[in-house]
Amino acid sequence: MRNRVLTAALAAAAFTAIVATAVPAKTLRWSSQGDILTFDPMAQNESLNNTFSDYVYDGLVRYNKKFEPEPALATSWTQPEPSRWRFILRKNVKFHDGTPLVADDVVFSFERILAPSSNMKVYAQGVKEVKKIDDFTVDIITDGPNPVLLRGLVDAKIMSRAWATKNNSVSPQNYAQKEENFAARNTNGTGQFMLKSREADVRTVLVANPNWWDKTDGNLTEIVYTPIKADATRVAALVSGEVDFVLDPPPQDIPRLRQAGNLKIADGTETRIIFFGMDQWRDETPYASVKGKNPFKDKNVRQALYQAIDIDAIQRSLMRGLAVPTGSMLAPQVNGYTDDTSKRMPYDVEKAKALLRDAGYPNGFDVTLDCPNNRYINDEKICQAVVAMWEKVGVRAKLNAMPCATYFQKIQKFDTSLYLLGWATATFDGLYTLQSLIRSVRDNSADGNFNLGKYSNTKADALIDQIKTEVDDKKRNAMMREVMQIHATDIGHLPLHQQIIPWAMRSNVSVTHRADNRLDARWIKIE
Amino acid sequence: MLAFILRRVLQSVAVMAVVAFIAFGLFNFTGDPVAFMLGQDATIQERQRLRADLGLDQPFYVQFARFVGNAVRGDFGLSLRQGRLVSTLLKERLPATLELSIVAALIALFVGVPLGVYTALKRDTWTAHLLLTASLIGVSLPTFLIGILLILVFAVQLGWLPSFGRGDTVALGWWTTGLLTKSGLKALILPSITLALFQMTLIMRLVRSEMLEVLRTDYIKFARARGLRDRAIHFGHALKNTLVPVITIIGLQLGAIIAFAIVTETVFQWPGMGLLFIQAVNFADIPVMAAYLCFIALVFVLINLIVDLLYYAVDPRLRIERAATAH
Repeated sequence: MRNRVLTAALAAAAFTAIVATAVPAKTLRWSSQGDILTFDPMAQNESLNNTFSDYVYDGLVRYNKKFEPEPALATSWTQPEPSRWRFILRKNVKFHDGTPLVADDVVFSFERILAPSSNMKVYAQGVKEVKKIDDFTVDIITDGPNPVLLRGLVDAKIMSRAWATKNNSVSPQNYAQKEENFAARNTNGTGQFMLKSREADVRTVLVANPNWWDKTDGNLTEIVYTPIKADATRVAALVSGEVDFVLDPPPQDIPRLRQAGNLKIADGTETRIIFFGMDQWRDETPYASVKGKNPFKDKNVRQALYQAIDIDAIQRSLMRGLAVPTGSMLAPQVNGYTDDTSKRMPYDVEKAKALLRDAGYPNGFDVTLDCPNNRYINDEKICQAVVAMWEKVGVRAKLNAMPCATYFQKIQKFDTSLYLLGWATATFDGLYTLQSLIRSVRDNSADGNFNLGKYSNTKADALIDQIKTEVDDKKRNAMMREVMQIHATDIGHLPLHQQIIPWAMRSNVSVTHRADNRLDARWIKIE
Repeated sequence: MLAFILRRVLQSVAVMAVVAFIAFGLFNFTGDPVAFMLGQDATIQERQRLRADLGLDQPFYVQFARFVGNAVRGDFGLSLRQGRLVSTLLKERLPATLELSIVAALIALFVGVPLGVYTALKRDTWTAHLLLTASLIGVSLPTFLIGILLILVFAVQLGWLPSFGRGDTVALGWWTTGLLTKSGLKALILPSITLALFQMTLIMRLVRSEMLEVLRTDYIKFARARGLRDRAIHFGHALKNTLVPVITIIGLQLGAIIAFAIVTETVFQWPGMGLLFIQAVNFADIPVMAAYLCFIALVFVLINLIVDLLYYAVDPRLRIERAATAH
């Protein structure tokens, strides 16, 4: 009896202590156009999805504010051999269900990432095997030296083997089985937030994990996410105070929102570069009036199109300042970017005309420009503007704008002569972009998988293949610089600008803008 | 009677099959869901494997036959966007759409009919003219604009009502309702008015013209001659006869309200089937689009069937004609 009283008293005391130290609830209600597709961290490689995976799950490493990998679930790592990495796991990390994190969970998570139905394989590219050494040590064996491994691991989230096995979620969503995946709507991570409730397209609520292994500068205790599809409604909800943060305010509303007293805008550039690509492989390109040869194989023609673009006009009147013109395929935040490889060739109509004359097209030619109309900021308008600019030098482009669902289907079959594309460097390392856009196409690999005009330079190819395995940062960055120079001299693509993506929020919210458009919960403060 | 019903049902099935076929044919133009599902880094092999998993590598007629075969058993497959059963998704969304549509239909009816009567009876007053002019705006302004205007005034400027969502809901079995909570009711006001406005003006104008027509007829004149009070004439005689075509129209419009809730649901982020459909279109989520279009076709077919059967029950002439031509 006395024991019971004592226990009760102790419990009451403990409770009071908890209440006394409890921080006041700081809830961030935020919104963007679409909903989270799934909470399975390996089912969808999509920006909003990855944002929420970051809240709930941790990787072995994570980005700091400068986009450098820093310890997360792994406290340290060494590289005993060029293709073997040893990670020491953080002790006393618990999943949300209370079970401790051990090496076996890491092994399991990599099996799951590399499973056929996973969409996150790209983040474990080059990983051959993951071995448990003891309960808190794992070895990652790569199929060669891999300088970007750590950056990939940021998005390789760690799940619990026991939990996934118990809930029949050992592999990510498999559409062939026609079954719902438990992990798509239930979570068990080690992260800063725990999923509390989820109604698709209505409301997703996450609460702070009281047993999280880390502390932050932020003070968030709850996240409520509501997708609002209609632009006007989303802005109205922000202005009326029903949401605190909007990730994607429509560009035309930005000036008005900037003026509003209780709101503020965080401007930041995205790593995405918008550019034109040209068919440089066929002997006769399908959508041009020129027969018997392919005008885009001639560097003079490519340069003429480049110098006929009045990028300042696009930046000023079309993008309303929400763009940074560039001559590079890499954004400044990306490892491998250098200023000297990103100067634009000047806008010069007369020069462009002369170049076309030299190339044997004094009267220009006709060509179809393929362009998406719902993928990038002002994508179709940019194409329209550039069509008018090219017209002035005699190249009559016919605009073929279409929604991205059909657009990508078309251009990924290389079925285009001239196209607009945007490319973001997901890993913040230049190789990602060089390999996909500049490296010659090699089937069934990431090489040239978005080099849709099949630009090809053997020297650049050789360098890119070396960059893949070079572990000396200095040498590697010098090689990336050289590739960028070769590409700029060849005029392999026509870069336009880097998008600025403004985030809108109420003035009591402060956030750190991320160039991959992810709202990072660690650094959010609400006053 | 049985033969008539059977014939109508068979016709309905034919209509459904045609709708399904056309809907399915259109999907070839919505683009490639695999591009969305795998993102930009996927290799060609990965794309091909997923296409095979989804059956997208099969020719059109095979895909269609498989779809119809499964649909008959109520199996619409998995949503490509959410990885959940389409039938579950539709079931979750149905209550929101139906509640919104029915409330909108009731508003349209209970505001539209009195306004129609009023403008018919007091047709030369300035209020009647004002109402008629205003109804023109209701007919001609697009729904999304009305919705946004209402949001601007009542959510942003006045701050009385929420600008989006359905508020708190209460679950009654699998049905969720927003009618039992304060925030649910508040959230219902703006979208239901937006959705009702077009139908309301339609009903008002219909009632008005029918009423004017009826008021000119002889039996109204006789009723007046008999010395009946205005009230009895207007509501007991004139309105009753006006309502027959009005009820027919409302029945048919209910289908339209459910189908055209798409725009209203998008503007107000109302978590109904219309919103589900719009998001499916953006993602080229073929199973959801197909199921939704079939569902809407079913709603129209059912309503038409019921209306036909009601005619049959109400109008004796139909029965005689059918009987005469049946042999």
